[in-house]
Amino acid sequence: MARIAGVDLPKEKRIEAALTYIFGIGFYRSRKILEKAGVSPDIRVKALADADVAKIRSVLDSDYKVEGSLRAEVTMNIKRLMDVGCYRGLRHRRGLPVNGQRTRTNARTRKGRKKTVAGKRKK
Amino acid sequence: MARSVKKGPYLDPKLVSKIEALNNTRSKKVIKTWARRCTIPPEFVGHTVAVHNGNKFIPVFITENMVGHKLGEFSPTRTYRGHSGRKER
Repeated sequence: MARIAGVDLPKEKRIEAALTYIFGIGFYRSRKILEKAGVSPDIRVKALADADVAKIRSVLDSDYKVEGSLRAEVTMNIKRLMDVGCYRGLRHRRGLPVNGQRTRTNARTRKGRKKTVAGKRKK
Repeated sequence: MARSVKKGPYLDPKLVSKIEALNNTRSKKVIKTWARRCTIPPEFVGHTVAVHNGNKFIPVFITENMVGHKLGEFSPTRTYRGHSGRKER
């Protein structure tokens, strides 16, 4: 029913929470959008009037970059860093943390699952 | 923490004057520098700057995309070629 920016919104949730299912929209932005569209944040998605949906859609289209285009922008930014050959780009290339975190331990999110290296124990 | 906008980007005065001299004479020469902390302004585009990495000078050809980065970002200071005895996956 309520399909905004290519995402199906959960029917049973309040619209302010439902909007956060869109990539690029968190709670803060969700509130801002509803305020601008003049829609009450308390309404459940299923109870939303078509006119309200249209209003939300128009606000989204005019003011925010979400979903596909936002994802594309992020990958473009990363690609730029890699092409330009700067330190951050090198880190992206190697799949290591970019913002100066330690890599002696942890950093598992970037490095993926542990790959055990032989001879790493104390004598 | 980002630098205050009021001050503008940090530029190494000596390096900037050297580049300016090159721009005025329309010549291209590699400039050696230690000023890794210097931000790259648009005037540097098209020049090659040899940036010191603590050991030697790494020649960096500056393109449009690099504007706003620091010189040091393009001259890695660490070498790491993998651990010994670790085979390719």
